[in-house]
Amino acid sequence: MNIKSGPVAAALAVLAVLFASPVWADFEVNMPRGVTTISREVYGLHMLILWVCVVIGIAVYTAMIVAMIRYRKSRNPTPAKFSHNTTAEVLWTAIPAVILVLMAIPAAESLVRIEDTRDSELTIKITGYQWRWHYDYIDEDVSFFSALARESNAARRRGSGIDPYGVDHYLLDVDNPLVVPVDTKVRLLITAADVVHAWWVPDFAVKKDAIPGFVNESWFQATEEGTFRGQCAELCGMDHGYMPIVVQVVSKEKFDEWLSEQARPALSQAD
Amino acid sequence: MSTTAIDVHAGHRPKGVLPWILRWITTTNHKDIGTLYLVFSLLMFFVGGSMALVVRAELFQPGLQFVDPYFFNQMTTVHALIMIFGMIMPAFAGFANWMVPLMIGAPDMALPRLNNWSFWLLPFATAMLLLTFFLPGGAPAAGWTMYPPLSTQAGASFPFMIFAVHLLGISSIMASINIIVTIMNLRAPGMTLMKMPMFVWTWLITAYLMLLAMPVLAGAVTMLLTDHFFGTSFFRAAGGGDPVMYQHIFWFFGHPEVYIIIMPAFGIISQVIPTFSRKPLFGYAAMVYATASIAFLSAIVWSHHMFTVGMPLAGQLFFMLTTMIIAIPTGVKIFNWTATMWKGSLTFETPMLFAIGFLFLFTLGGFSGLMVAIVPADFQYHDTYFVVAHFHYVLVPGALFGAFAGAYYWLPKWTGHMYDERLGKLHFWLTAIFVNVTFFPQHFLGLAGMPRRIPDYAVQFADFNAISSIGAFGLGLAQLIFVWVIIKCIRGGEKATDRVWEGAEGLEWTVPSPAPHHTFQTPPVVK
Ligand code: HEM
Ligand SMILES: [Cu+2]
Ligand SMILES: [Cu+2]
Repeated sequence: MNIKSGPVAAALAVLAVLFASPVWADFEVNMPRGVTTISREVYGLHMLILWVCVVIGIAVYTAMIVAMIRYRKSRNPTPAKFSHNTTAEVLWTAIPAVILVLMAIPAAESLVRIEDTRDSELTIKITGYQWRWHYDYIDEDVSFFSALARESNAARRRGSGIDPYGVDHYLLDVDNPLVVPVDTKVRLLITAADVVHAWWVPDFAVKKDAIPGFVNESWFQATEEGTFRGQCAELCGMDHGYMPIVVQVVSKEKFDEWLSEQARPALSQAD
Repeated sequence: MSTTAIDVHAGHRPKGVLPWILRWITTTNHKDIGTLYLVFSLLMFFVGGSMALVVRAELFQPGLQFVDPYFFNQMTTVHALIMIFGMIMPAFAGFANWMVPLMIGAPDMALPRLNNWSFWLLPFATAMLLLTFFLPGGAPAAGWTMYPPLSTQAGASFPFMIFAVHLLGISSIMASINIIVTIMNLRAPGMTLMKMPMFVWTWLITAYLMLLAMPVLAGAVTMLLTDHFFGTSFFRAAGGGDPVMYQHIFWFFGHPEVYIIIMPAFGIISQVIPTFSRKPLFGYAAMVYATASIAFLSAIVWSHHMFTVGMPLAGQLFFMLTTMIIAIPTGVKIFNWTATMWKGSLTFETPMLFAIGFLFLFTLGGFSGLMVAIVPADFQYHDTYFVVAHFHYVLVPGALFGAFAGAYYWLPKWTGHMYDERLGKLHFWLTAIFVNVTFFPQHFLGLAGMPRRIPDYAVQFADFNAISSIGAFGLGLAQLIFVWVIIKCIRGGEKATDRVWEGAEGLEWTVPSPAPHHTFQTPPVVK
């Protein structure tokens, strides 16, 4: 037994060291908590299921490993003959069922909140194109296209000779970011002009398909200022990998300033 | 008496090249056709695998090094189509052809001529698919899911791909009809349904699932075809059609399809674990019912592949709950396999190693499956590398390990020789290690925000991608050992006994190894 458990213990120790080591600081290994109440709720849900899975996993894997060590032929030459055990079978059907119900309840509650798009203070229409986004501030007379930033676009070409590591936010930067005010419920109307795309910003926990002929709804309310990045998340042709999304969350005052700046050129064109 | 019958027919090996080719083309013998399926599937494993390696080579580093984005998309698309329709389904069809008649004591499949056609459609369909690489516009590049309107933007490959899918579908439908008829009518006297080996059960259920699913796929792609060429508007929004309807129809096929892929593997594992535990399968009846309920549930959960399309709340809740419920029968299967090993007398020959690898890693894929079933969290996981990791854990250590376990388990029965156990074990260990090196880091990539189906990525995803690519090449190389093992085993090696494995139970172990060309001309009686 000791000889057998040696390697197992060693492996566990190696794993523990690996996970604790500072090397992991450079590796992003988990979902972001994000900057909306919904995204934090989703993160909590994610961690909850993850831990439930880890606990069940430890139980199941332990049973398997013990069976393999204890009942190998050299230790247990005569196998038992049983092939049923009603109690065990009822238990391992019923217990998972209970666990599932317990997980489904908070998930359903979150879902109800996620789908509630009422009482928004700002509405933005998002249209996916091959391969850029169009943003339209519905009541504000502001609209523009948002495409991959020039530096990334140059570096991404095959044989460009530009090192991606030298480009700021390689593939995750755009020419015109979406700008929204902080602490404001922003409603999104999402559609597409050619093929299916999907608008995804992990920090807001928003991912919604942009489908031609449909207008999908979603919303977010960022509680922190900052720049948040995402990407198109539905295969939309050869430049699917080059459709980033950048959202700047700014203070309400800054946002109003930005809005008036944006509206001016549009007005002068109309003159 | 049956021995003489076998002797008379033993000399089916024609002399000369042309007769030899003709024999393989015209054969109606279930064992020959099983062999054809298996050889074809092995070939396609390397074709589809090379495409995955092109993808992984490109993703090794940020920046584009080897291929253009459009070709990259062709690679992912055709990789998936070939792996599913050209590799894993034919592999299990090969096992069914070889083993179902042997396991139920039948002399052959019920419809041998149909059987020949089911197989021979496959190489033609696959060739048609692969030849699209040489057409203007290249091979299909819209993903194996072929969502419109993107898929209808394709070039000349479009009708070819659809026709290939039709042929593949016809082939599968014919094969499943044959399997159902065989199992229903040709069982040996005394073999009631509830005495059938698990592998036969899983294939019976799989065959029904194929009858349900394949025509739906055929319908969906036919509608794509008419939208493209004949001016219909099933899925064209501009003409009043509905692109989401395609996704519903596709996944009504697609979700049962993933169970079509995995269930025969369940069957194989249910044969292998009892054999090497020297103990009967725990909870046989529960296994049958669990398999049947998984099949039923698989037909009503399709929309969990499309939680982000904008479904009504009630729809999302329904599909979340039904999807979560699948975890129960799946859990029952895992627990039953573990209980089969409990108090057994275990040895770890290669088939058992692959079965245990299956047990561990398929469970892991099941956990991430449970995670993606939770809708709010799935909004974050969907279409990222987390999902790529999830389904590869189910497909590679799931379906593929099942196939490897079956191959090593029955190889002595097919060839009459024992395979090289040392090489087999080496194959297992390298495969098991590299599978995890390849796919485990992809969970992290997905959580950190890397979408799937992209040819290039932001630099913060670089390290895990590099690890994953190294793993993929290791995995690919390790498979060459498998080919070597098979060739060695066909050419010679220690003679296999009839029973081959000490703990093996079932009719297939009562015939000689190699299984003669004709078996069970007098039906065996099962008490
Ligand atoms: C054996 C080693 C394998 C490797 C290294 C591998 C690798 C890959 C890679 C890199 C992708 C592209 C992911 C993306 O960009 O989204 C992919 C996609 C896929 N693979 Fe595999 N794969 C393997 C085996 C399999 C098997 C056995 C199957 C099925 C039986 C399979 C089915 C798929 C499917 C369905 C996709 C999705 C394609 C799409 O997004 O349209 N793979 N694989
Ligand atoms: Cu897009
Ligand atoms: Cu896209």
